[in-house]
Amino acid sequence: MLDSSEVTVTADGRRIGGVLMDIRNITLRFGGVVAIRDTSFDIREGEIRAIIGPNGAGKSSMLNVISGFYHPQEGEIWFRGEKRPPMKPYQVARQGIARTFQNIALFEGMSVLDNIMTGRLTHMKTGLAAQAIWWGRAEAEEVANREVVERVIDFLEIQHIRKTPVGRLPYGLKKRVELARALAAEPKLLLLDEPMAGMNVEEKEDMSRFILDVNDEFGTTIALIEHDMGVVMDLSDRVVVMDYGKKIGDGTPDEVRNNQDVIDAYLGVAHD
Amino acid sequence: MPEQLLFAIEVTLNGLMAGVLYALVALGFVLIYKASGIFNYAQGVMALFAALTLVGIMEGQVPFAHLINAIFGTDIHHFGWHVPALAAILLTMLVMVVLAWAVNRFIFRHLVNQEPIILFMATIGLAYFMEGFGDLMWGSDIKKLDIGLPQGINTWIDEVTYNAFGYGFFIDNLDIVASIIAAILVAALIAFAQYTKQGRAMRAVADDHQAALSVGISLEFIWVMVWSLAGFVALVAGAMWGAKSGVQFSLSLIALKALPVLMLGGFTSIPGAIVGGLIIGVGEKLFEFLVGPLVGGATENWFAYVLALVFLVFRPQGLFGEKIIERV
Repeated sequence: MLDSSEVTVTADGRRIGGVLMDIRNITLRFGGVVAIRDTSFDIREGEIRAIIGPNGAGKSSMLNVISGFYHPQEGEIWFRGEKRPPMKPYQVARQGIARTFQNIALFEGMSVLDNIMTGRLTHMKTGLAAQAIWWGRAEAEEVANREVVERVIDFLEIQHIRKTPVGRLPYGLKKRVELARALAAEPKLLLLDEPMAGMNVEEKEDMSRFILDVNDEFGTTIALIEHDMGVVMDLSDRVVVMDYGKKIGDGTPDEVRNNQDVIDAYLGVAHD
Repeated sequence: MPEQLLFAIEVTLNGLMAGVLYALVALGFVLIYKASGIFNYAQGVMALFAALTLVGIMEGQVPFAHLINAIFGTDIHHFGWHVPALAAILLTMLVMVVLAWAVNRFIFRHLVNQEPIILFMATIGLAYFMEGFGDLMWGSDIKKLDIGLPQGINTWIDEVTYNAFGYGFFIDNLDIVASIIAAILVAALIAFAQYTKQGRAMRAVADDHQAALSVGISLEFIWVMVWSLAGFVALVAGAMWGAKSGVQFSLSLIALKALPVLMLGGFTSIPGAIVGGLIIGVGEKLFEFLVGPLVGGATENWFAYVLALVFLVFRPQGLFGEKIIERV
């Protein structure tokens, strides 16, 4: 395990800093069902952190807790050294935490460009009255935000579809647009809920490359959920393994791969 | 030019002016429907309520005067001052914003994720509540509204057309002003939706709530904003209609005329509401002029609905409504 105070440099030269988010003893219940049970882990600045586990393990619930869609009954979330009060999803987004969804949540009727521009909303400061009266300033702001968006579009190689209504796009491209919208927010923490679900091998490779490039070039901290073990092991610096709402493993991919509990959870245990 | 044709042109122009008012009411429906999926039956009553409040404030009426008099045995009606039109309009707008906030705080916040039919029922309740509330607050008598807009025949058009064709068109000044104001309002609303931060957020909320939340948009803020905008549109519509035919409770029935307008234009399109309103306005006046005499008149009562029915059969999404894109 890494010491949480020091800065480490990975084999490929990326810097991983101190703790960005600390999740402490989270318990989430829906009525009588316990979705997450007393789970703790941390996410460090600059790393790619994966959360894996079989179906129903509580991975998506955990992501929803972090992004404010669910509110845990117990536990604390510390972000950038401060304890976070219970927040609504839009407040979490304004703190600099962007996310994508397992089932894609895009604005289907709007163009790709407009969709990605909504990612900039948290960065737009000019108020309603100012926009009506002081048109120049609003325009300057729009231009500045547009530049960021264009960079993201170039980066994810979706220039050719920028004017297309999202509803017309195939699945794989929609996933990429959703990533673009999250990136446009220039998040301090990027949450990806099964970014490669339902993709073919080629699309998966593309997406893996984008995730690595985002982390590498922008230094974005990424927490992702993924089903595909192979992908996760290649991508991530550290992995949390969940099963039946509990954390059963935490460490580097190699450590996790050799953890007996994890092997049991994935392959099943022989009862004798 | 033959007299019949000139007369038809005049009827068309007057129809356009009437259509502008239909369009204004329909616009209020579209705004709320787009952003929250709520079909706001109370839009017409909001126009009535706005007009009542505007008159009440201008005339210095004491709100709830009947109630106060009944309870305390007093006899108060007016404060005895008059508020200038512009200030009264701003104050009324403030009332509409408070109303927007209250509607969301006390009704729709408790109905999040409910079926559309339930939201619709809630707005029916709201409509009757507001009608009663407006009655209680300002009284039920017909009021004259004079916000200083020009009224009566436009003599310039009358003279020009008389000199050109030997027949003077009768166009009301108020209708011209109403059309200009409506055009400015619509242009401003479209610019707002397309080019401002809040407008983009509004379109985002209209499209997908979950996604909107994830990019940092507060749904409640957007809903209050949209209801305020709809309140503003209602105020303009109510003021125009009130200036034309007095502020009376039949004003809320205009809302029903907005229904065929919406079916024609599409429930989600701002330009659709405008074009739909104009088509209905012109259509019903021309139909009455051309076909009315053959069938005994009074076609204005049903023409709009029949036209809407035809549209429902052949183009259910309306002229400008969003086509549903579905990938299989």
